[in-house]
Amino acid sequence: MINRYNWRTTLEAICIPIAAILFSLVLFGVFCAAAGANPLAVYGSIYKAAFGNWYSLQNTLIRAAPLMLSSLCTALPARLGLVIIGNEGALVVGGLGAIATGLALASAPPTLVQLAMALAGIVCGGLWIGAVGALRYYRAVNETISSLLLNYIAIALLNHLVGGVMRDPSSVNKVSSYPIPEIDMLGSIPGTRVHYGLIYGLVACVIAYFLIQRTTFGFAARIAGGNVRAARIAGLPVGKLTMAICFLAGSCAGLAGMVEVAAVHGRANESLNANYGYSGILVAFIARHNPLAATIVAILLGGILASGGILQRSHGLPDATVLVFQGLVFLVVLYSESLYGRLAIFKERPVSPGQVPPTPTNDQPSPAPV
Amino acid sequence: MATEAIGWWGVPLGILAGTLRGSAPFLFVSLGECLTEKSGKINLGLEGTLLTGAMSAYAISYLTGSPWLGVLVAGIAGMVLGLIHAWLCVQPKVNDIAVGIAMIIFGSGIAFFFGKPFIQPSAPQLPSLALGSWSHLAPVQSALQICPLFLLGVAIAPLMQWFFKSTRWGLVIRAVGDSPDAAKAMGISIPRVRMLCIVAGSFLAGIGGAYLSLYYPGSWTERISSGQGLMAVALVIFARWNPIQCLYASLLFGGAQAIGPALQSIGVNSYYYLWNASPYILTLAIMIITCSPKRTLTGAPGALGTST
Repeated sequence: MINRYNWRTTLEAICIPIAAILFSLVLFGVFCAAAGANPLAVYGSIYKAAFGNWYSLQNTLIRAAPLMLSSLCTALPARLGLVIIGNEGALVVGGLGAIATGLALASAPPTLVQLAMALAGIVCGGLWIGAVGALRYYRAVNETISSLLLNYIAIALLNHLVGGVMRDPSSVNKVSSYPIPEIDMLGSIPGTRVHYGLIYGLVACVIAYFLIQRTTFGFAARIAGGNVRAARIAGLPVGKLTMAICFLAGSCAGLAGMVEVAAVHGRANESLNANYGYSGILVAFIARHNPLAATIVAILLGGILASGGILQRSHGLPDATVLVFQGLVFLVVLYSESLYGRLAIFKERPVSPGQVPPTPTNDQPSPAPV
Repeated sequence: MATEAIGWWGVPLGILAGTLRGSAPFLFVSLGECLTEKSGKINLGLEGTLLTGAMSAYAISYLTGSPWLGVLVAGIAGMVLGLIHAWLCVQPKVNDIAVGIAMIIFGSGIAFFFGKPFIQPSAPQLPSLALGSWSHLAPVQSALQICPLFLLGVAIAPLMQWFFKSTRWGLVIRAVGDSPDAAKAMGISIPRVRMLCIVAGSFLAGIGGAYLSLYYPGSWTERISSGQGLMAVALVIFARWNPIQCLYASLLFGGAQAIGPALQSIGVNSYYYLWNASPYILTLAIMIITCSPKRTLTGAPGALGTST
């Protein structure tokens, strides 16, 4: 009986984010017009660069793969009520772990090397964010700030290792580590240029969804996120849950770093911190921390990221335009959070089942729950 | 370079010089954040405000030739970003930390977008006061060059302390931050006080940005702030929401930031990047030591981090 009229809530959860994205597109158009570009032409260019043809769609998917993985680094802990933004750091550390493993095992069979690299990325990233969870639980250190600081420490570590022990002396313009052998690189999905990282991302998102929504572990995490005190009284191991979720979150971002190293760059250098971490936060928030929605949002955002170059070439807009757009979307989506439950059209109506409403007043929306 | 003449003394001198030069942005942002957090909201977006302030100060200084006008415009640009943040934060069900992250992205986007044409040209810089003219050593003289803006920040810290402690407005802000219910009973409009605090705090952060681009390092690049706005947020926790302690903490952070370059100036190059990360490591270490799961921090505004 309760579920019977839930479609309005579902409709609300779909309509509000879409309306938010459309509204931010309008705002972005106004911004472009103010900067002297034709907004309609800009929309057209973004669409063409993102999804216009098979070639650009593949570019979009290549960018979407690390975004899916790195968004989980924010989305999973959000279920526990934690705001973790250490995606960039975990991604960099995962990439470093992967390149170190790949270089150390260079003579082993390629499948083994790839497996070991993925594992190293997962473990390094996982420990990195797991530490944030441990600090949160044992020392009550604010997880947002500690994870952010760890981003900068990770980047310093990357620069230190790549500029020191791992440095390939032949890299002059852009200091890089030694490359992993061509044969150990992650291949492409047959018939495309898209690497297997996309599969990793999709699989990770589906697993994360089932873990959170369909298992007792996920249920416990959601309870602890809703009310820590109630969870403690119910005997849930809040500390273990915190650290386990944080480890999983970090391992996803670490895997993204491994994908970037093993499928895109083939070596570690500063292109590893290409803001996939920060964009991943945006993906998680737009998707309202739902891993399945994150896959779609990641593809959309991947398309927008892919269009940065064309905005510069054909409209004379700086490449930071994409950043402005991301910021606008983020702000509007956050504002839209305050609209849930406030719009009369989405409110559930009290209709007693099997009974004709006696007066039209029953069609009036019920007062909002306080 | 003359540093070689004084050998290892160059390291403490370099750190002192770096402290005097590099702590002003921390100081302005942490004072702004302190004011914001006293009213019970967090503004993580000050990183974006710092960048926008740096860009607008540099652009205005270049276009008009007046660095002080640039400082003013940087503060106003900060206020505009602060207004967006403030308006979003006082909406129901909107998480102020998430808005802060969005403002980092938006603020840096705005700064890079409009700042692109100003990366090449060089703008008139703020003047400096030579407090080291008594010494005949050139390194000492250059170490004691101080920007008037830094002195202004040092003056604001005790002033803000007095403001919180002894004025009616200070009491109102503390009431809103500590116990919104009591403030409501006093007939205070909580959203209005919080919006004013966020906007005023962003003004200070914008001025901090102007210091970055118009004095030290004294140019406009996209990497100019490198997370200083975020460190300042952690610094406020370390300083226990006390403006005077914000000053001491900023000096400490400015000093930590100068260790890497000071060592490099005497030829120690190993671990250069790791030394550069020392402010972040220091912040983290301080937070691990000072936080505790058993009690809330002394001095923390009661409503901080809650949705009221």
